[in-house]
Amino acid sequence: MGHDTNYQDREFKTIGTRVKRPDGIDKVTGRAKYGADAFAPGQLVGKVLRSPHAHAIIQKIDISKAEKLAGVKAIITSADLPDLTGSNRGMTDILENCMARGRALYHGHAVAAVAAIDEQTAKQALKLIKVTYKLLPHVTDVDEAMLPDAPIIQDFVLQDGKPSNIAGISTFGHGDVDAGFAEADVIVEKSYKTEQTHQGYIEPHACLANVSSDGSGELWVTTQGHFSFRVVCSTLLGLDMAKLKVTSSEIGGGFGGKTHVWTEPLALALSRKANRPVKLVMTRDEVFKASGPTSSTSMDIKIGAKKDGTITAATAILRYQDGAFPGIWGMLGAMTAYACYDLKNVKTVGHDVLVNRPKVAAYRAPSAPMAAFGVESTMDLVANEIGMSPLDFRIKNAAKEGTQASYGPVYGPIGIGPTLEAVKKHPHMRAKLKKNQGRGMACGFWFNFGGQTCVDLNIGPDGTVSLTIGTIDVGGSRASLSLIVAEELGIPYDQVRTNIGDTASLGHNDTTEGSRGTFSSGMAAIFAARDAVGVLRERAAKMWDIPVDDVVWADGVATATGAKHSNLPPLTLADIAAKAASTGGPIAGHNEVVADNAGVSFASHICDVEVDPDTGGTKIIRYTVIQDAGKAIHPDYVEGQFQGGAAQGIGWALNEEYIYGADGCLQNTGFLDYRIPVCSDLPFIDTQILEIPNPNHPYGVRGVGETSIVPPLAAIGNAVSHAAGVRMTHIPMSAPRILKAIDDAKA
Amino acid sequence: MTGVLVSTTINGDAVQFACPTDETLLDSLRNRVGLTGAKEGCGTGDCGACSITLDGRLVCACLVLGVEANGREIGTVEGLVEDGKLHPLQEKFIEHAALQCGICTPGFLVAAKTLLEKNPKPSEEQIRYALAGNLCRCTGYDKIVRAVQAAAKEMRKK
Amino acid sequence: MMPRISLTSSLRDAVDGAESIELHAETIGEMFAKLAERYPRMADRIDAGIAVAIDGQIYRDDWNAKIPADAAEVFLLPRIQGG
Repeated sequence: MGHDTNYQDREFKTIGTRVKRPDGIDKVTGRAKYGADAFAPGQLVGKVLRSPHAHAIIQKIDISKAEKLAGVKAIITSADLPDLTGSNRGMTDILENCMARGRALYHGHAVAAVAAIDEQTAKQALKLIKVTYKLLPHVTDVDEAMLPDAPIIQDFVLQDGKPSNIAGISTFGHGDVDAGFAEADVIVEKSYKTEQTHQGYIEPHACLANVSSDGSGELWVTTQGHFSFRVVCSTLLGLDMAKLKVTSSEIGGGFGGKTHVWTEPLALALSRKANRPVKLVMTRDEVFKASGPTSSTSMDIKIGAKKDGTITAATAILRYQDGAFPGIWGMLGAMTAYACYDLKNVKTVGHDVLVNRPKVAAYRAPSAPMAAFGVESTMDLVANEIGMSPLDFRIKNAAKEGTQASYGPVYGPIGIGPTLEAVKKHPHMRAKLKKNQGRGMACGFWFNFGGQTCVDLNIGPDGTVSLTIGTIDVGGSRASLSLIVAEELGIPYDQVRTNIGDTASLGHNDTTEGSRGTFSSGMAAIFAARDAVGVLRERAAKMWDIPVDDVVWADGVATATGAKHSNLPPLTLADIAAKAASTGGPIAGHNEVVADNAGVSFASHICDVEVDPDTGGTKIIRYTVIQDAGKAIHPDYVEGQFQGGAAQGIGWALNEEYIYGADGCLQNTGFLDYRIPVCSDLPFIDTQILEIPNPNHPYGVRGVGETSIVPPLAAIGNAVSHAAGVRMTHIPMSAPRILKAIDDAKA
Repeated sequence: MTGVLVSTTINGDAVQFACPTDETLLDSLRNRVGLTGAKEGCGTGDCGACSITLDGRLVCACLVLGVEANGREIGTVEGLVEDGKLHPLQEKFIEHAALQCGICTPGFLVAAKTLLEKNPKPSEEQIRYALAGNLCRCTGYDKIVRAVQAAAKEMRKK
Repeated sequence: MMPRISLTSSLRDAVDGAESIELHAETIGEMFAKLAERYPRMADRIDAGIAVAIDGQIYRDDWNAKIPADAAEVFLLPRIQGG
């Protein structure tokens, strides 16, 4: 629409101030409404029956007894969900993941669903559904799934014309790695494994679906993308997209796990069948078993370098499991593995492998943490061999503007160098270490995305401003967007209110992922505000009866320029809004944009740990996150993203893993045995925000939300190697694993 | 439903509801009384998102039966506001950006309030251990601890 | 002077194994249209999602984005998403 997306250096008046978020009071008083907090008259309770087996043919589903139970209003199986996707493989996979079609592909895979008048009746109905299974051999380990005699998960996946569990092999890189290794003075080759983890959002998936007999529907749902949910749900159910209104509730954490549908199509199908609203809330057990955890992986890393510290060649062979349906997770690992470095010869290969586990979903910088664990651990090993400090070794090989990235394109201005220099200067590096303590550092990379975005900016009759956006507020972005509008209009922050519109109120908005929320909606808000300023100037010109070119908007008021207009007092937003009816009607600004060019994001982390040599237990003593944010609109919330990602990475590094039994069933489906960090596990997490403006955003904003989960696994691995003298290659580095490594080293 | 009539006091108000004997107090509060501030994060007492007070004692509402509330006093996050003013904990949580998605916030506020009632000058370690039963996935707890420290300081002035 | 369009390995089978292609286009959309015309198998891959890096900047959606005549590099990648 003709707006300039280039960065313009300027002094900000409101941007960068630490204001109170507009939804704060609702969230501290319990008034805010999340997915499970909606109620509809006559609503039914939905419940899902799930496979107790890892891999089985579903021979028969007998619902006759369940149907007769008083209070049961609808039961669905895959027979109620015909394939309307038009052979769109991606969509059919989603459909089959939401409910099994003839085969249960993982422990917890949905097999049937009921809607009943209350939870007791729904649970009773599930017990009365009789499913006849024929057990099939299963495989849950990524390496085992690649063996020639492994049970095949999907028969449409072929390698060399033969059925295989290897759904994809992606290669990236440039140069000649063989020649590079031949040149090296030092080569380190090592293999690593990481176990499966879950995003761990505290709010389970929840929705309230209401489909009328005329095919129109409403869906209230906790989601990162209500617009994309509308697309998927209407496609799967054959509903008219324009007739399905999806409203996003407040979201109790997402981190990528709420970018996909799991039970929402089932709730809509139940509601359509029962002709009543259906509320479907996942239990915590179901969240672990049947939403979208991240990949477990195994990988082989090889780095060669000269004595002067120059890396001459680097390779990574990565194997990521996608769960039971093909994904691009191995590909993403292969793209990100060496992204921090300037390498002449690099080759990465990512395998996407199917196993009898839930369909993998994105988890904050998806696939990057695992590859970074392997690469950043090996970087330290090479540095040790050469006798160079790990920090200086990274500085020497860091990517910069003009570097060809290992995944292909050439970098513009980037922040890896500055974060490493900041590490060097940071007081954390000089803090004294005590007995059994060690320090480690690591770098991380993630892409940032833009995407389809649109916003509406409306100026009310009293001059207050309402901004309606289509991205979700995962961590305080309503405050940032209000700050942006306040900055553009030159008015106080308190005069702006940001709301999240439902799908009927705005054009399509892409999902809030890829660290794009503040970047994209922010860009659209800037342009919408500038449009509104154009309208305000025209209205002022009308009120004064002077040419619009003689009207200037600055500091929240319209001023008439020129000597002949000097008698005209300035007009505020409120003044102009009060006269809107007679000057042309309601005043608004609007913007649709495909925000793109969000750039890439780099971070460096420093970590001190203390390892108890008698138990292998590891305590985080001190942690520092240094990351480039481009421009921190609201510094508190940028810090919050840094700290939150680091905490998730710490849990991933030390405790969290999916534990499968020999029967292929998930054993730890609750927060007791899937142990995420608690308050007493962590110290204060220091943050340093670097601001190297993104040249492709008017305020220089970069995406910030994801990258901070990438460095912790290796930062902690490197710290443990110094604290305990053992090099850990298996994530999580839980106490038993570290203790075993210590004992093995002594033997 | 074969229900039992429960007569209880919630945030100082007399409340009656009927519920089945196997229903949790969390479900009674949310589905029958309409107080949705307490959240179900796990249903097994591991996450603290349903933290309430029962006769002044911090409990997980998902581990208490609705019928057990009979004749007792319940405190929820909705009761923190007094005379229309936010509790210092609520103020400081907003001021210190101690919430991102906010789902765990009601539980943390109730837990922190009972901590400060028992110990008005807790050390950082005491705060961390008192709140170890409340899970947060967004913040890494840093700003939560700072907000509790700030609220404690504010409350000691009064 | 036509920009050289390089393709990531997973896309090369759709262009008869070529690692790079010379093609004149003023926008990303025009480039996709011409690629699909020249290599019919690319049409499916474009539908499935391709991201374009022009001199290092990644574009995922903006098919109106201009390809400067003096662009040093245009790189085609699979369309990726975050979390």
